[in-house]
Parts: sequence; C-alpha cells; structure tokens
Amino acid sequence: MTELLITATLILVKLILIFAVVLSLAAYMVLAERKILGRMQLRYGPNRVGPFGLCQPLADVIKLLTKEDLVPARADRVMFLIAPGMASLIALLSFAVVPFSPPVTLFGREIPMVVCDLNIGLLYFLGLSSLAVYSIALGGWASNSKYALLGAIRGLAQLISYELSMGLAVVPVVLSAKSFSLTDIVLSQADWPNMVRHPVAFVIFMISVMAESKRTPFDLPEGENEIVAGYHTEYSGMRFGLFFVGEYINVIILGAMVTVLFLGGWHGPLLPPIVWFALKVLAVAFCFIWTRGTLPRLRYDQLMHFGWKFLIPVALANVLVTGAVMLAIGS
Amino acid sequence: MNLWRDIKGTLQAYAVTFGYLFRKPTTIQYPEEKRTPAPRYRARMVLTRDPDGRERCVACHLCSAACPVDCISMQAAEAPDGRRYAAWFRINFARCIFCGLCAEACPTLAIQMSPEYEICKRDPLSLVYEKEDLLIDGGGKDSDYDFYRHAGIGVANRRGGNADEYGPVDPGALVP
Ligand code: SF4
Ligand code: SF4
Repeated sequence: MTELLITATLILVKLILIFAVVLSLAAYMVLAERKILGRMQLRYGPNRVGPFGLCQPLADVIKLLTKEDLVPARADRVMFLIAPGMASLIALLSFAVVPFSPPVTLFGREIPMVVCDLNIGLLYFLGLSSLAVYSIALGGWASNSKYALLGAIRGLAQLISYELSMGLAVVPVVLSAKSFSLTDIVLSQADWPNMVRHPVAFVIFMISVMAESKRTPFDLPEGENEIVAGYHTEYSGMRFGLFFVGEYINVIILGAMVTVLFLGGWHGPLLPPIVWFALKVLAVAFCFIWTRGTLPRLRYDQLMHFGWKFLIPVALANVLVTGAVMLAIGS
Repeated sequence: MNLWRDIKGTLQAYAVTFGYLFRKPTTIQYPEEKRTPAPRYRARMVLTRDPDGRERCVACHLCSAACPVDCISMQAAEAPDGRRYAAWFRINFARCIFCGLCAEACPTLAIQMSPEYEICKRDPLSLVYEKEDLLIDGGGKDSDYDFYRHAGIGVANRRGGNADEYGPVDPGALVP
C-alpha cells in the first residue's frame, strides 16, 4: 500500500515539475523566438518589458487573458471551445514518455527520470502527434469560416504527407535499439548518437518534425498571406493563446524527441546528464527558430510533392539499406 | 531537378541568417535615441518672420485654399500702416496630412515646414495650434526674403506713391 502511495506521489511530483518547466519554457521560447528572429532581421525584438524584455511573456499572458473571448455566430460552440485546449493538452501528453536523465537513486530508491517508461513509448509519441492535428481540424471546422476551414484542410493534407516519412525515419533507430521504449533507445546510443549512425534518417526526421510542428517552411495551415491566420483565424484571447502555447510546447517536445531518438539523449561528456539533455533540446529548438528566420513557406503542392515523391521513397530505401547492412554485419 | 544546387541554395540561406545574428541591429531605439531629421524634413508647420522681425503672413488665404484637408483657418486684418496680417491663425494638426501644399502656396514664405515631428498628443484638441504657438522668431528657410521689398511695394503709402517703387509696366512694350 505504501509502495503504491510513494510511486503515485513520485509520478505526481514529476508531472508537476514537467508541467511547470515545460510551460514556462514554452513562454520563454516565444520570447527567444521573437528575439532571435529580430536579430536575424537586424531588429532587437521585444526589449521594453523588464530587463532585456524578460517580462514580455508575462505581459503577453495578461494581454491574452484580458482580451474578449469571441465565439463567431453559428460556430459549432462546443467544438470551438475545446479545440484549443486539445492543442496544448496533446502536446503536453507526449512528455510522459520522454526520459530526460538516467534513473537517480534517492533514499535508496531508484527513481526513473521519466513519468512513464512505456515499452511502446515511440508508438505512443507517433500516435499523439497524429492526434494533434485533430485540434486544428476541429478548430478550423467549428469556426464556420472559410479561411479556418482551408487551414484545417491544409493541416490534414500536410499530416498524411509527413507522418509516413516520420514513421519510416524512426525505423532504423528502432532497428538498432531493438526496442520501442525511449529509455532503451537512449541507452543504445551510449557510444554513438544515432545521428552519426543513421544520418539520412536524421535528416528526414528533422524535416518531418518541422512539418509536424507546422512552422515555416511548412506553416501552410496558418499561411498568413493567403488565408489570414488559417485554422485559428476566428480565435481570440486565451483560446488563441492556447493554440500559440501548444505550438511552442510542440517545439519543445519535438526537440526532446529528436534529442532522444537521434542526438543520444542525456549522453555527453563532463556535464550532468540533465544539462546535456536540456542543451540538446534547446539546440534543436534553436534550429527550428533558425529555419523560421531562413526559409520561405512552401506551396501546398510543393509540400505534397516533397513529402510523397521525395521523402517517403528515400526513407523507404533507407530502411531497406539499413536493414540489409545490419543483417550483413550481424548486429 | 538539380539536387546539388537545391541543397546548396538551402544551406547558404542558413549561413546568411546566422551571420546576421551577430550584426548590430539597425533599429533606432526611439524615445532614448532620436534621429536628427534633415533640415528640409516636412513635419509641423511654423509661421516665420521677415528680416525686420515682423510677421511675414499677409493673411492672403492661399495656404488655406491650397490645403486639401482644409485644416488652416484665419481671420485677415489690416494694420494702420496698410499692411495686412492675420488677426488669428489656426492649424488643426489632427487633420493635417503634412503634404506641404500650404508651404508651397505661400507667396511670403510665412508658413514653412519644420523638422519637428514629435507632435503626438493624448488629446486631439491640443493639436489645434494657434498663431502664438506657430510663430517663431527667425526667418526659417530663406531668412533674407522680404515679400514687400521683393514685390517693390512699401506699405507706408498706397500703391504708386512709394519712392522705391517701379513704375507700372507698359504691356505694349516689347523690351523684356
Ligand atoms: S501640410 Fe498640407 S494638410 Fe497640412 S496644413 Fe499644409 S496644406 Fe494642409
Ligand atoms: S501663411 Fe502665407 S499663404 Fe497663408 S495666409 Fe499667410 S501669407 Fe498667405
């Protein structure tokens, strides 16, 4: 009984910690993105609120919370109201399976530094990332606006063109780790990160992950200059904020996934594992921002073309070759 | 599809944006740092004075006629010496679009645009400037210009009775 209680408490503590860290990190990702993008465009970015603009996220939250929460006439009310919550919730849920440090021993107990070490953690992540598009589809559909609907349709079409290559890109990783558990995958990269062992898969995964996060160059669902703001055109106030935060939580979770699957998770010399993990996640997040500052948006058909005619064949060939090589060297 | 060229083109862009990260931003941090506008900058209008220190404006209404948004109004009056002046002169800067047509229309160079661009107010009514707010002490651009002397008319006597006045032009003469 006490055993159960302790385990439950531990999980709760970990959940709260992750919740707090991820949410505040997401808020500061927004600031970091605005600052980095600003510097890339020879501007300063927000620097008025607090020292170096560090209180900007707070000001943004206050602004979003005090804005009027509009529901368009003849919108599907229930759907409209829950869609933004789904966006953030699903992004947060993925964090349950991410191992961010090797188990630590506290009071003679070994505590795994992951909320729940599912043996199918990778599949859980892939499943959730497919679910994430529901918030876009439902939000766009429920808004009763043509722009929102177009954004939602684009989101769905985008999903099927990158999900496949993303799934295929992680196959070599699973092959070499011989497990779907993310902890095992990290442990299998003790000497070489998968990025070195499977460079092609890494590149494909990075590209798919950018598409998954719906940011430039794959931000078709919200292409501002064609369809206003896409699926969240009709949202205002904190509901828009939830979509927004969801996007940045997504960036963090995808950064964490890239870290776990390809960059060797917490492995690294000198620094403590958790620091390595955080550094790698932030580096991937920086790459996301960097890409946003660099590449223009792809056209709808270009994305389809790229996904179906290029990424998927390459990913398939990569799986075959990797499998064959692994058979040959018998590992 | 030239794959190599595409990859190179994509990666080069990354190098460029990364390089920009370390350049100094070109932003002017406005309230602390201010740009000095050029002397001919076209912002708030002023009313200037002639070299003798008298008001240049002769209340001819040309500026208010030229103004596309009709934001200049005035009342003409005549001084005892026969010189015209504006009894009151008002520009509503809440309506002004700073097109400069008034300054162009003015025959006496009285109304001129100045580089003072910070005229942001909370109350629109405080943007209505009266003659006292508009008048400055100097002559502004072309400060030597004096309309009455240029036109050849002194104001002490009526037209035709001044010592420095040219005689009337003979319209039949062919001499330039
Ligand atoms: S600048 Fe243009 S709009 Fe302003 S007072 Fe002169 S004529 Fe009118
Ligand atoms: S400012 Fe110039 S144009 Fe306007 S009334 Fe005076 S003299 Fe005439």
